[in-house]
Amino acid sequence: MNDIARMLRRLGGGVIDAVWRLGYASRFIAMVLAASGMAFRRFSLTMRELYFAGVLSLVIISVSGLFVGMVLALQGFETLQNFGAAEAVGVLVATSLVKELGPVVAGLLFASRAGSAMTAEIGLMKTTEQLSAMEMMAVNPLARVVAPRFWAGVISMPLLAAIFSVMGVFGGWLVAVKLLGVDNGTFWSQMQAQIDFRLGIVNGIIKSFVFGAAITAIAVYEGYDAPPTAEGVASATTRTVVESALAVLALDFVLTVFMFRGTGL
Amino acid sequence: MISPPAASDLVTLRDVKFGYGARTVLRDINLTVPRGKVVAIMGGSGCGKTTILRLIGGQLRPKSGEVLVAGRPVAKLNAEDLFRMRRRMGMLFQFGALFTDMTAFDNVAFPLREHTSLPEDIIHDLVILKLQAVGLRGAAGLRPAELSGGMARRVALARAVALDPMLIMYDEPFAGLDPISLSIIGDLIRRLNDALGATSVVVTHDIIESLKIVDYVYFVSEGRVIAQGTPAELKVSDVPYVRQFVDGETDGPVPFHYPAASYRSELMAEIDE
Repeated sequence: MNDIARMLRRLGGGVIDAVWRLGYASRFIAMVLAASGMAFRRFSLTMRELYFAGVLSLVIISVSGLFVGMVLALQGFETLQNFGAAEAVGVLVATSLVKELGPVVAGLLFASRAGSAMTAEIGLMKTTEQLSAMEMMAVNPLARVVAPRFWAGVISMPLLAAIFSVMGVFGGWLVAVKLLGVDNGTFWSQMQAQIDFRLGIVNGIIKSFVFGAAITAIAVYEGYDAPPTAEGVASATTRTVVESALAVLALDFVLTVFMFRGTGL
Repeated sequence: MISPPAASDLVTLRDVKFGYGARTVLRDINLTVPRGKVVAIMGGSGCGKTTILRLIGGQLRPKSGEVLVAGRPVAKLNAEDLFRMRRRMGMLFQFGALFTDMTAFDNVAFPLREHTSLPEDIIHDLVILKLQAVGLRGAAGLRPAELSGGMARRVALARAVALDPMLIMYDEPFAGLDPISLSIIGDLIRRLNDALGATSVVVTHDIIESLKIVDYVYFVSEGRVIAQGTPAELKVSDVPYVRQFVDGETDGPVPFHYPAASYRSELMAEIDE
């Protein structure tokens, strides 16, 4: 009996803790949004972060996109060939990339490449009292440090996802047309005919935008909230990657449900 | 009837209590810092000295009691007024807290660029003036990682006085410095205070160095001011805590041992069982 009571107590404590943390994080993000004026008034601050989060992620995003597209074309070609529809491989590659893999895989890569760096940087600035020093110099660290990073993430993520998809389509074209001999014209014309701008591309952009906001929100919050020790920053960085990955996958499902157009039956 | 603070006092703490959660750090702090003086707050590690600085800077609010800076209650200021007040305060953090992504020059220029709209050539001259004052004009282009501990603290000091503050606060300015850097920092604290016409609060446990440069000392222990006086008075004080501190005795009112169960019972526990 005692064990059950203890278990319930622990469960209750855990739930209250989680809800409290969620509320605290939401309040933090609201404060960052409220302090965002400077990030746009002095856009050079955001530009610097765009370089670190966006430009420096280009290599990993482009190379991964290329390989994902090449694999998709290989796998898709094998299956489609059985139905005599091998030339539809372009549509398959482009649809998968634009609607799903582009935003999701780019998001996962972005979280581990840029999100973790943001958390570690802000966490270390806190540990070495740089944020505190800024506060004492009457400069709000949310406006000067956190908001530019947040907006840099929100802006760069859709662009990175788009580049990921473009590189993927190029990889698919290399494999399908150059390697497997699919007709070049059919490859592109089917893709152009089958992919709807609104349902395909715009939805993909919406997804990548939402993922970008979620990942950077998690990253800056974890950094700002990290206990000011080496161990604290290390575990905050890990949490950023884990939480962002889960958030991206869960949000992807939710957004896909909203974008689903029925079975057509 | 509580008397209003004297106009000659820049900082006044009155019956201040503070704690983190259930842990009480400051029980009852009363102290004043007269304008133009260098005042030290001393005490062992973890006695709440740094907390006092954070209360003065408005980063923490007292549970009860009042913190007045220039006659205004810090805890009751709104964000805008608090920031306006902080522009007239400089703080030197324990390890400098320099921005690691900027050079020494840009660190010192930071408050000027954030709070003034001065043209860049004037900012350049002001920064060079401040760096020259701490003897590091030649290090303007170095990054914090390339500076020694003592140099980093001097750059941070130049940054703290960039806006010519009325109040300069020092959090353990002497910790971890070699004897030469120690004297340099001590000398700078005194000289900058007098040259700028500022007021300084130095939180430290380095008694030898601070007695050389300060005008008045408050001793804090267990959340209370337990002794105070000028350096000359403290050197001949017979308060046991002050004596232990001044003479550097390992045992006394501040025990060598952290509170624990009796030594014998802990060692003999297994045998007794």
